[in-house]
Amino acid sequence: MRFAFTDEQAMIAETATDLFVGEATSERTRAAMADGSGRDVALWDSLSGTGFVGVHMPGDVGGSELGMVELAIIAEAAGRQVAAVPLIATQAALSALHADGRADLIERVLGGQVATLALAGGLAPHGTIADLFLIEQDGGLVVADRDAVDVVAGTTMDQTRPLAQVTLTWAPIATLSAKALDAAKHTGWIAVAADALGGAQACLDRTVEYVKERQQFGQTIGGFQAIKHRLADMMVEIEQARSAVYWAACAVDEGAEDAELALHSAKAFAADAYATCAGAMIQLHGGIGFTWEHDAHLFFKRAQADRTLFGSSAQHREAIAQIIGLGAIAA
Amino acid sequence: MKLGFTEAEEAFRVEAATWLTAALSGPFADVRGVTSLVEMPERRREWEKYLAASRWSCIGWPAQYGGRDATLAQQVIFAEEYARAGGPPRLNHLGIELIGPTILAYGSDEQKARFLPAIANGDHIWCQGYSEPGAGSDLGGVRTKAWREGGDWVIEGQKVWTSLAQFCDWIFVIARTDPESVGSKGLSFLLVPMDQDGVTVRNIVQMTGESEFNETFFDAARTDAANILGEPGQGWGVAMALLGFERGVSTLGQQMGFRNELDDLIEAARANGSAGDPVIRQKIAQAEIGLRLMRYGALRMLTASADGGSNPAAFTYKIQWANWRQSLGELAMEVLGQAGEISDAHGEYAFSRLPHLFLYSRADTIYGGTNEIQRNIIAERALGLPREARTRAK
Repeated sequence: MRFAFTDEQAMIAETATDLFVGEATSERTRAAMADGSGRDVALWDSLSGTGFVGVHMPGDVGGSELGMVELAIIAEAAGRQVAAVPLIATQAALSALHADGRADLIERVLGGQVATLALAGGLAPHGTIADLFLIEQDGGLVVADRDAVDVVAGTTMDQTRPLAQVTLTWAPIATLSAKALDAAKHTGWIAVAADALGGAQACLDRTVEYVKERQQFGQTIGGFQAIKHRLADMMVEIEQARSAVYWAACAVDEGAEDAELALHSAKAFAADAYATCAGAMIQLHGGIGFTWEHDAHLFFKRAQADRTLFGSSAQHREAIAQIIGLGAIAA
Repeated sequence: MKLGFTEAEEAFRVEAATWLTAALSGPFADVRGVTSLVEMPERRREWEKYLAASRWSCIGWPAQYGGRDATLAQQVIFAEEYARAGGPPRLNHLGIELIGPTILAYGSDEQKARFLPAIANGDHIWCQGYSEPGAGSDLGGVRTKAWREGGDWVIEGQKVWTSLAQFCDWIFVIARTDPESVGSKGLSFLLVPMDQDGVTVRNIVQMTGESEFNETFFDAARTDAANILGEPGQGWGVAMALLGFERGVSTLGQQMGFRNELDDLIEAARANGSAGDPVIRQKIAQAEIGLRLMRYGALRMLTASADGGSNPAAFTYKIQWANWRQSLGELAMEVLGQAGEISDAHGEYAFSRLPHLFLYSRADTIYGGTNEIQRNIIAERALGLPREARTRAK
């Protein structure tokens, strides 16, 4: 038992942070938002080139042979910069393809293609630019190429992750097992939770920086207890979210008995913490936080998107209620 | 990053569990499952000695003072197995977890040799003399004073919230030894024997109806001049360092108690049908998540401190568990409904575990640093925000 990063993991965290801070700038993210794709193409190429997209895939298909902890580290760094890349769904799709041994399709994705994942009743993140579509059906997944699906995109509140309605209109190229569907969900939940953790931490860090500068009543507002206590409460939520994300990642990597519980906990808790922190970020910035020009709304909207992607917080808590033996909901 | 334990560590788990189960189903079956801090104090004092006789009383300590030099993983395992076996609250919690480690860090060799083995073997039960009627959150407002007279320190003043003082042999006291000083300067950290005429303990009746806290009065109480930790006037630093030990491995044992409380609540919700209510289910699931995250937060803190560092989770841990437990008390009453408001103790003002938790948990967000003080500490020390303006009349 050692619940801290290894030296290698700390190094990956540093590399990932540097990469996202350097490339996922507000300017570039906003350009990807403005063109409707939600993808910074150059950043996506960098992520493919560094092996970050396939961090959790085996070496023989071109992956980096690491696990969920490393995947979470990268997703956290992406979330911290609200990076506009189709990382989460692509990585979730890779896990499904790997579970069913579809090396041919994994190679396509690791070659730079974008995959998306539409769970039952859900929309497909980055559906408009995806090359490969994994759609939940009959307790498993079907895999389709772009020419076999009908994609209806709507203007999405979070422009870093545009959503699309995807319908299968032609024959799929593969069907995947229930085990593959589970693998996609597990990776997806960890990635979303880690994205939320990184985003929440950024909300806190940026707000702390702001309240140390902003002067009112002849002093920096960071000296007022009303402000300090709200920031402290954000940190209380974030540290729990951090425990949740890395507990879930370790539990999956180690095949722990409580992995299922850990995954639902991480997804529900981290996404809710993000929403709380992003709301507080706007409030503590005052008027400037409500403008389009300021980045606070990028976090706020991504937090909402993290809450609903791959199941709502309430659905994940209901799953926990069943795991811990509360029985069925009364009619 | 790894959460699982090695085979050798799992073997240690079996050894600890076997010993604990034998002890708590054999000679100490009567203290098994006790949860109150004040129940059966004499038997729990014997239990301390029994643990010590097999070197289970403070396994993380160095062997020369009665410990086992246990690794972090072993300490985690022991804390979990202790709680799983139904071990009662440790009567010498403050000795083992707080003053012992502080003496290890700040004591002279003579002080270590004098005090540590007596704590380890259960001879000396300790309590804490920090708070005063005029010095709660503002600990720098301490007015208890002490001065040298011959070969002794003489102590005058009053402490409050001294948990379990009625059962203790020694107390560690922060006293003002420089009469001209104010605030955190001029304080000293004294070790004082309880069994003397100059020390009087008076019970405080809590809002639960029980008494585990006390007022402790020092009226020309004395202790040997050698019984000071750190230099005279440097007591504040020692006092703060002691609080740093509060988030040790014992937090995991505490969490096992929380586990039992949540299990009771789940059982009650299943029994009266509220477990089927979608809103209650959401809240119970949230409580389950919160409890699990407490464990992993603690493991992050403990791993960091075993590596000689610190983790940000240490700043937030107190608020985290205190809020969790208070919410659990409130949820318990929501689950129990009006039935929870009536005692089943036949005329006595005493409540069963869950309604008792509802009342007791109001203290959780106060003692050991109120939530408001914790938020100041987080904001100022972890986030680097400006310090609160502090004014103090001399």
